[in-house]
Amino acid sequence: MNTAETPFEFVTVSYLTRIGNQSAGTLAELLTGLEHCSDASIFHHTFQTLGSHHFLTEGFSNDFAQWVLSDTNRNDLAEQLAALDIRDYVSIAALRSDLCRVVADYCMTYPHFASQSALERFYFCESVEVTVPLGRNARTLDEFRQGIALLSHAGFYFHFISSRLRLQLRTNDFSHWLADGLGLRTLAESVNNIDIYTNTLDSTRAKLLRLIDRERRKA
Amino acid sequence: MSEVLALGRIPLDDYAELLGAGEIEELRALAAPLRGRSIQMVNSTAVGGGVAEILTRLVPLAEELDLNIKWEVMSGGEDFFEVTKAFHNALHGAPYHTRQKDFDTFLAYNEKNRERLPLDAEFVVIHDPQPAALIEGRKPGTNHWVWRCHIDLSHPNRTVWDFLEQFVSKYDGAMFSSPEFSRQLPIPQYLFYPAIDPLSEKNCELDQEFIAQVLARYQIDPQRTILTQISRFDRLKDPVGVIRAYRIVKRYFDCQLVLAGGSASDDPEGAIVLKEVLREADGDPDIKVLELPAWAPLEVNALQRASTVVLQKSLREGFGLTVSEALWKKKPVVASAVGGIPIQIIHKHTGLLSHSVEGTAYQIRFLLSHPEIAVKLGEHGHEHVKENFLITQKLKRYLTLFLTLVRGS
Repeated sequence: MNTAETPFEFVTVSYLTRIGNQSAGTLAELLTGLEHCSDASIFHHTFQTLGSHHFLTEGFSNDFAQWVLSDTNRNDLAEQLAALDIRDYVSIAALRSDLCRVVADYCMTYPHFASQSALERFYFCESVEVTVPLGRNARTLDEFRQGIALLSHAGFYFHFISSRLRLQLRTNDFSHWLADGLGLRTLAESVNNIDIYTNTLDSTRAKLLRLIDRERRKA
Repeated sequence: MSEVLALGRIPLDDYAELLGAGEIEELRALAAPLRGRSIQMVNSTAVGGGVAEILTRLVPLAEELDLNIKWEVMSGGEDFFEVTKAFHNALHGAPYHTRQKDFDTFLAYNEKNRERLPLDAEFVVIHDPQPAALIEGRKPGTNHWVWRCHIDLSHPNRTVWDFLEQFVSKYDGAMFSSPEFSRQLPIPQYLFYPAIDPLSEKNCELDQEFIAQVLARYQIDPQRTILTQISRFDRLKDPVGVIRAYRIVKRYFDCQLVLAGGSASDDPEGAIVLKEVLREADGDPDIKVLELPAWAPLEVNALQRASTVVLQKSLREGFGLTVSEALWKKKPVVASAVGGIPIQIIHKHTGLLSHSVEGTAYQIRFLLSHPEIAVKLGEHGHEHVKENFLITQKLKRYLTLFLTLVRGS
């Protein structure tokens, strides 16, 4: 069995939600908020919400889409916002730009909906991230599997979802180490292709463990 | 000010079975850099009320993580608590007639408490407005002070808020239960949800036999649909509206309604509302209006667990933790979109929101017609509570806040 030179260090993450000073009561105000809120706010309402609502798989992919659906009743816009896949982005700036484009196009096409009051306001918040090492690492696929099985939801989310942005790559911590540390490029790619929008964090982890088990059987 | 000491040990590992070993490992990892550091929690009452209930569980759990935590209770005379009650109502938007004497009384008791005990822990957490002015005794640059506000400040009385704000602005941060409850402040504001304890008597697993006994005691038929609202007899909880929604549902489905709340005997307004409720019920044998003893957590737990659908049709609400209690028990919930309820009920994902008597009735009928959807909402609701509204998550937020303060400084 391969042994990596650089071990995989398991860490966990905890987020504080910082309440911002911006809010929106209409789609037009949502657009203004999207244009001016901090990067940490875009991260909070897109990436982080996938972690805090990891058990939902149908029709919930980011806070903006959910608010548009439940509080402005604009299903078509909600669908467009929900269709933005964070795996396609390597920067918050690019994600923000697409969010703004989708909302701006909608407001331009349907100006009468842009100023309609929502049932409840949308409050822009930010994530404050604190990471701590768990004091565990892995050099082999067996140790790696064991470590993933023991991770909390937050730890799993950190390595599999939020890492995509940190790495500035279209990958995640697990795939990155499988490819670079153990040279298992096919497995790395299969892991990266697990659909995080149609799986819960638990079912994502179960799929990942099955892929690792299949690889271990080959060895 | 006196220190609250008599708190029993709560082994953190007891939560591992419910939450998974990984979650407990994570708490220990977050606490490790804070081991031995001192924390003081300060509030105005040792018993009764949601804050004391939370601290009773939170403090022993923090001790399990080797944090040097103490809970101090502010002392005050009747005059002080009359003033703070008036301030509390005014901060919720009730009318308030300004009297300088009230502000003087507030400041005098805060000063007395400052003299009694130096608040010199590394992290000082002040709960609610009553002890807010203790910050005046802070020595510059020595420790971190944060203010946890458990009340809704969205529409406060201007005079009372302006008075309070001069103290709040001196803290290193403030925590609110909902973004909607917060104010524009020059200090960082954080979202801190209230929490339930899954191992408390109100939320722990119960034997079916005990649940059956409770239902039998109140003559509730376990074989028929049970709609339940647990809340005190208060117009803001709209118990009369609940009965009207039940009557609409009853046209389509055979069902019983349980309205259970604390005894109204010591609460003049509660007694009036109870009369209104009984008048509206009009002797319907399927409406059970239950005056529970002041502290009956096991009965509340049993009634929630026996329910087909749980309701919270409030007209105004703080956070409304009864919603989380029901969701933790995997119950489908229909609740009003007010206060902190929409944070707990993500519409069509973790429950159903309504805005009227008719809407409440419709959502109940929808759930009774689609029991498979009701099951799914209950399961998602349980996961939502597990992720966000449990005491262990609250502890994690505090640890994260303390780490943020340490790293920030």
